[in-house]
Amino acid sequence: MLDGNLLAITLKIAFVLVSLASLFSLIRLIAGPSIPDRILALDTLYVNSIALIILYGIQQGSALYFEAALLIAVMGFVGTLALSKYLMRGDIME
Amino acid sequence: MLDILEIVVSILLLIGALFTCLGSLALVKLPDFFMRLHGPTKASTLGTGAILLASAIYFSFKTSDISVHEILITVFLFITAPVSAHMIAKAALHLKIKQNRRTRHPIHYDERYGEEEP
Repeated sequence: MLDGNLLAITLKIAFVLVSLASLFSLIRLIAGPSIPDRILALDTLYVNSIALIILYGIQQGSALYFEAALLIAVMGFVGTLALSKYLMRGDIME
Repeated sequence: MLDILEIVVSILLLIGALFTCLGSLALVKLPDFFMRLHGPTKASTLGTGAILLASAIYFSFKTSDISVHEILITVFLFITAPVSAHMIAKAALHLKIKQNRRTRHPIHYDERYGEEEP
């Protein structure tokens, strides 16, 4: 009955909203007054890019993109942790 | 059956995209770092979790075997988001970031900080 039209329209709306979210994080990343603001904006950008990659995978109908999303999730977590640790201690590995 | 699947996936996608957008809008709009921390750590994580759940349901019914990758990413995100938020907040407290008057229990308190920003 619906033959894929609803999902295509919803995917387009979701792409627009998540791209808008990435744009907002980019604004905070550029204009953030302090360094923790920028780290937080970078972390949000990682999460938004995971959402974008998953949306692209649904649109292409291919299950190949999850490994990239998982890698981005792991690397984003490690990067955020390392940056916060560097701000706190002045050193990453003690 | 396929229509119900499509409607469920579309609703989950819309909820996820809306929450992700709201979380990043909070990151731009709120006046203080400790207020800004709330948006991405809760709303964006929930939104991305909903999008991942929609993808899991879609690919589970499309390829007729259960797709576990998305559940893995969801669990990983839900575990790591509070940890990274805690670390960023500790770094901000250590750096003595200026706080707005309306932040709860302000330590490094500044009367006019963040008032002139939109």
